[in-house]
Amino acid sequence: MPEETELTYPRVEVDFDLCKGCGLCIVTCPVKCLEISPELNKKSYHPARYKGTGCTGCGLCFYTCPEPGAITVFPKDYKPEE
Amino acid sequence: MGKLLQKPKSFYNEFFRSPSPDKLSTHYCPGCGHGVIHKYVAEAMDDFGIADNTIWISPVGCSVFGYYYFDCGHQQVPHGRAPAVATGVKRSHPEAIVISYQGDGDLAAIGGNNIIQAANRGENITVIFVNNSIYGMTGGQMAPTTLVGQTTTTSPYGRNPANEGYPMRMAELIAQLEAPVYVERVALNNAQNRNKTRKAIRKALKIQIDKKGFSLVEILSQCPSGWKVSPVDSLKWMEENQMPYFPLGVFKDVVEQRNPLETKPRIWDKDTIIKMLDLDRQVKEYAKPNPTKDIYEQPKIKVAGFGGQGILMLGVLLSEAAMLNGKQVTWIPSYGPEMRGGTANCQVVIRNNKVGNPSVDKPTILIAMNQPSLDRFEKDVIPGGLIVINETLVTSGVTRDDVDVLAHPFSDIADKQLGTVKVQNSLILGALIKHTNMLDQQAIFDALPAHIKKIDLIPLNKKAIELGFSLG
Amino acid sequence: MAKEFIKGNYAVVKAAILAGAETYFGYPITPASEIAEGSAFYFPKTGRTFLQAESEVASINMLYGAGGAGVRTLTASSSPGISLMQEGISYSVGSEVPCLIVNVNRGGPGLGNIAPEQSDYNQSTKGGGHGSYHLIVLAPNSAQEMCDFTIKGFELADRYRTPVLLLTDAFIGQMMEPVEFPEPISKQDLPSKPWATLGNPQTKKSIINSIYLEPAEMEQHIIRLEKKMDEVKQKEVLFEEYLIEDAEIITVGYGIISRVLKNVVEDLRAKGIKVGLLRPQTLWPFPEKRLAQLAEKVNKFLVVEMSNGQMINDVKLATNCKPEIYFYNRMGGVVPTADEIIHKIENIMGGNNG
Repeated sequence: MPEETELTYPRVEVDFDLCKGCGLCIVTCPVKCLEISPELNKKSYHPARYKGTGCTGCGLCFYTCPEPGAITVFPKDYKPEE
Repeated sequence: MGKLLQKPKSFYNEFFRSPSPDKLSTHYCPGCGHGVIHKYVAEAMDDFGIADNTIWISPVGCSVFGYYYFDCGHQQVPHGRAPAVATGVKRSHPEAIVISYQGDGDLAAIGGNNIIQAANRGENITVIFVNNSIYGMTGGQMAPTTLVGQTTTTSPYGRNPANEGYPMRMAELIAQLEAPVYVERVALNNAQNRNKTRKAIRKALKIQIDKKGFSLVEILSQCPSGWKVSPVDSLKWMEENQMPYFPLGVFKDVVEQRNPLETKPRIWDKDTIIKMLDLDRQVKEYAKPNPTKDIYEQPKIKVAGFGGQGILMLGVLLSEAAMLNGKQVTWIPSYGPEMRGGTANCQVVIRNNKVGNPSVDKPTILIAMNQPSLDRFEKDVIPGGLIVINETLVTSGVTRDDVDVLAHPFSDIADKQLGTVKVQNSLILGALIKHTNMLDQQAIFDALPAHIKKIDLIPLNKKAIELGFSLG
Repeated sequence: MAKEFIKGNYAVVKAAILAGAETYFGYPITPASEIAEGSAFYFPKTGRTFLQAESEVASINMLYGAGGAGVRTLTASSSPGISLMQEGISYSVGSEVPCLIVNVNRGGPGLGNIAPEQSDYNQSTKGGGHGSYHLIVLAPNSAQEMCDFTIKGFELADRYRTPVLLLTDAFIGQMMEPVEFPEPISKQDLPSKPWATLGNPQTKKSIINSIYLEPAEMEQHIIRLEKKMDEVKQKEVLFEEYLIEDAEIITVGYGIISRVLKNVVEDLRAKGIKVGLLRPQTLWPFPEKRLAQLAEKVNKFLVVEMSNGQMINDVKLATNCKPEIYFYNRMGGVVPTADEIIHKIENIMGGNNG
């Protein structure tokens, strides 16, 4: 994942080890802000990952992802809890 | 703040029942539609706040492990029987939310009748029907929804309608029934249809929450492993193969026309139960009978005649009276070869102590309502016993000289003096009681209300018994 | 309460409601239909659920749902219908779902007839469906016991979280006798079932399930079920004896046969032949210890059944074949008369080997 110092919203996060790399989120994303990671996770899949910019928070990836906890989409006005 | 899209709370935080090492991911293959549908249902359970009251019915199929994931009550059930089990659960707890989650083999093949019947009863349950045109869990065999030409492990040359028929359109079939409230087919092929799927699931659950009745959402769902395509290509496969045959749309929606179902509360009040079960009769004391002969103290009685002559009822009334009079008694209807040919008989054993064998092979008393009965059973009567004969239908008379005979044209008397032959049995009963004095006469009258369901017939039967007394 | 003169089949219905049963699911079949009809009449009157299912397969699965959801529930059927239920019965055992199943045994195999038989003994007592298990099997011989064993059946089912089978026959089911019914159970006296899916927050972790994919786990589950049944064997054996103390020959029979045998015992004793009667009231657990004891001092047993000889094998096992074990049977709905059995015993005692 690209290094980031400050998280910007909206954004999408893909759990590296929960993702099974099916790629459905990638083809669904209207702004193509997701990609396949070159690294293998502990289940031996190439998981999806956020490119780091471009997410509009539309949530289509969330609703196409079959893994309950793999994708989280943070809305534009998200306030991280301290 | 906009909605944070994250794992719905109605999923377990950790899938503690799952054998998977991380307890966080599903057992489904990459790209499987089940996980998507699970997420939509869990999201709806969150939003409606129903997880605490939900009972999830897991079928046999890939979704057999529903109980790994959803934070609610679970029943895992036999293949195809989810709608029957869901019925049992819902009828036990009408306030619970019951979700029957089924695949196509489960719902459309082995459980075909169960889903149709549950739908037809209008069970207030939500059925999520996952149609992926294949048996996923068992390794890709043909399903009732497998498409024509589709190769599976059990249709290796492609599904051939001449051999295994056509894919079943279950949503259309169920929608033909009167009771279901809402039936829709949706698909997971693109974002727009996935959104419709979410909405359909929510609508189906809302219908149940509002007690409106049965709803079914059929979801065309990808099985990349079973279809042998990549997850991404599976969506195209769905569009090219499933969707032309299984049209999307609402096949039935009568939500607005239906009123909420009503359920009656269980009754637990003891007195009410006793009354409702007709167990509230008062105990009465009767005079100790003084039989005219010793053998009538503990007699065995056979009542025989044509079906329709009131033979069984005669025995029942006699038995009831014996019980009221403090006796032990059994009554059995005829069994065995004599059942054939339209004749009927019953056997009554009256004793002071517990009755052993309730069969009467050697009666103390034979009541022969017609000629065949006398012919058949005359020889069995014990010496010194009694044969009661209905002379209207018995013309030959008794051949034995070691028995008592009480003979009257009972059918004629009932017909002419009481206005109906139907009370000939009560007439005979009266005559028998008078002749033998085996029971308190009041007990006979008191026996009537327990067994004569038409109350207005009781006075006439009383009259018949009284007339019978004069014939004994 | 006053006694009621009532058919055995109807006694089951009233007893079930008095025992707190809340749901009845069933499919009509002669000679068990009175239980469905009686339930259809009385269950709604008391705010309970009667539902005629689409099949016996559905009935037993509705029981699975209701029993798993923590309410007392029952069904009744007759032999062919019970065969159809075997899958669901096996699941109920595996998932530990309490429920009561009444089998009014009729003639078989196949469609057979509607007359009384005891030919479902093996199916009832040896498992019946797939997997390693036994059901608790109660065998009433009177309308009173149809009532009492219905209530007892629910108690045992709840106590051991297992289905209970009430095995009766067309004779006992159709026979009318005086029955003394007990008071209804109050709701608070019903056992609490925290394991059931009650559709409330307290039981949301409950799961009714019979899958154990790991062989070792499955084995542990079966062992646990077996332990439960060992306890049943220790504590729940029921039988009745009649004039057994000085008996030179002991007759063994259950259900309607035991009624006939009682007369046989009395008639033969009047003739000077010392006959006794042992009647199993639970067919599983079988009174094997008592039979073993009796086999130490009595060397002639006569087993009478309305089947091709099923319970006799359990008598042989229990007595280790130590005594001479004779057999008399009728089938197809023919109930043996007392005279036939008396003749048989006279032959045995006269040294004619039956």
